[in-house]
Amino acid sequence: MSRTRTERLVNLVICLLSTRRFLTAAQIAATVPGYEHDPDDAKDHEAFQRKFERDKAELRELGVPLETGTASVFDAEPGYRIAPREYALPDIPLEPDEAAAVGIAARLWQHAGLAAAASSGLAKLRAAGVDVDPQATLGLEPMVTVDPGFAPLTAAARDRREVSFDYRVPDRDAPTRRRLQPWGVVCWRGRWYVVGHDLDRAATRCFRLSRVVGAVRPSGAAGSYQPPADVDLISHVARWSGPAERTGRATVLVAPGRAAGLRRWAVRSDAGPDGDRLVLPYADADYLAGQIVGYGPDVRVLDPPEVREAVIQRLKEIATRHDDLMVAGGAR
Amino acid sequence: MTRPAAARGSRASADRLARLLNLVPYLLARPGIEIAEAAGDLGVTERQLREDLELLWVCGLPGYGPGDLIDMAFDGDRVTITYDAGIDRPLRLTPDEALALVVALRMLAETPGVANREAVERALAKIEDAAGDLAGAPVEVRLPGDTARVRELRAAVERGRALRITYYTAARDETTQRVIDPLRMLMVGGRAYVEAWCRRAEAVRLFRADRVDAVVELDEPAVVPPQARPQDLTGGVFRPSPDLPLITLRIGRGERWITEYYPCEQVVADGEQWLVSLRVTDLGWARRFVLGLGPEVTVVAPAELAEQVRAQAVAALEAYATPVAPADPAVAGRTQ
Repeated sequence: MSRTRTERLVNLVICLLSTRRFLTAAQIAATVPGYEHDPDDAKDHEAFQRKFERDKAELRELGVPLETGTASVFDAEPGYRIAPREYALPDIPLEPDEAAAVGIAARLWQHAGLAAAASSGLAKLRAAGVDVDPQATLGLEPMVTVDPGFAPLTAAARDRREVSFDYRVPDRDAPTRRRLQPWGVVCWRGRWYVVGHDLDRAATRCFRLSRVVGAVRPSGAAGSYQPPADVDLISHVARWSGPAERTGRATVLVAPGRAAGLRRWAVRSDAGPDGDRLVLPYADADYLAGQIVGYGPDVRVLDPPEVREAVIQRLKEIATRHDDLMVAGGAR
Repeated sequence: MTRPAAARGSRASADRLARLLNLVPYLLARPGIEIAEAAGDLGVTERQLREDLELLWVCGLPGYGPGDLIDMAFDGDRVTITYDAGIDRPLRLTPDEALALVVALRMLAETPGVANREAVERALAKIEDAAGDLAGAPVEVRLPGDTARVRELRAAVERGRALRITYYTAARDETTQRVIDPLRMLMVGGRAYVEAWCRRAEAVRLFRADRVDAVVELDEPAVVPPQARPQDLTGGVFRPSPDLPLITLRIGRGERWITEYYPCEQVVADGEQWLVSLRVTDLGWARRFVLGLGPEVTVVAPAELAEQVRAQAVAALEAYATPVAPADPAVAGRTQ
């Protein structure tokens, strides 16, 4: 934008902020420098209208609350004004430690678009008189990253608009189209999910944002549904991936000095003539079997039989598969 | 990504308009501020700031006479707004700005071991209040973390001492002692890390807090060599370099989750099965990894890894065929 256009827009904002009456396009053209034209010349007038439309769009894009209305019942033509109460950031009395926290939060975004939004938001707080210490730290800072679907899904959940997107689950061969009334977006253990009402399944579902393929398409009107009252978004995600209690106990025999990874979570360790006997807590025998098989002959399960059998079964299958490979000449 | 020149130009112009509307209230709140300080604060050059001031100086209320235009007084390198023409407050936050600040603050408030969490929560409440409806951002955050260990590490890092840590390295399946000079603590993808100069590796390394088994604060300050720089982590914590060994696995449907948890160089569908190639830091790790994955996985390459996996499975089976020496009574008594 040229200097003249910026100047014109600043003057337009000041003019519309200062008026209580709605000003028509013609009144604005007669007042604000940069809109001078001959209203009787069709071509010139059309150029003015295009320019004015572009300027209005630019202000709205920036978040300027442009009000439309008529000055009196006798006016047919719409007019414009900006209500200062709607325009202005409300007073935010931040204490120095609170301002520091906002300053830190603003630099956590690793996502380019939201990083820019965070810093322009922070610039507004500074303009409101908040002083931010750029050196402040909170000792431990999260790096905030989001998947591409984050912004459109959050906006849709806020506006209560239905969305559709293609969703790829690894154990399916092709993505499927899903239609959702999103209630909200959740970060659970570092991954992002959207929770809502799945229109095809007619049930509550959560979707991992990293599995959304391509664009999220909003459809239908805003405010077209109502999420359940007091919905606890986190609980819907946590239900799928909650931690299990490790109440089981397995005893394994570990070769001296080996399997450091298993030793770290043993609840008991006794040295013996043929190695160390570790007692390992576990929740799922099959998961534990996978961990143990990773150590090959360095770890032998003594007890319980369910873990021992699971390990032996896995070892047999692995040996067979890789034996076949040798025979087939797949690996030499 | 490059945008068309028109879009780029319009973005830059929108940025300038936003900056100008912000500049008047910013200066109004800081009468007599040095231009250099204001420029630094606003992230523009002094020259750019002077150009912005010149532009504002010719803007004002209709009438556009001397008493209508934005006015300012210069005193050496200092500036004071003497007439604001009605733009005395910054523009309210846009939905994106409110979202970006609120979500980052929620993330901070949820981070285990963060200092002054209470201030973060107060700030969050005030920003949400100011943003009004916009802050109804339907976003919730819950991060895990070994809180006790993270807290201990953060306190130690804050005191600026060198630390001796007992650390488990999964790539080599070994637990070692090392002295580190911490740079910072961070949380990436729900996990806490200490970034530090490692005196053993003589390099900057990331240490996962949940793999630090013990911490001893040393009686000497942390000294980070001048060449040590925090790493750029925007691409993730593990960025496989092309000189690492490449392994290729044939995996069944039930093991396709691997492609979501590990950065893969290539995934090729071969009917029902997938051929997955990934870089690993260590073939020993790859061997434990493949053995642990289960029966739906076969090593395709390298041949060395396939042979190791087979030999380990065979040796383990042979061990199970051999009777175990009698357990000592203490252990036998505990396992019913």
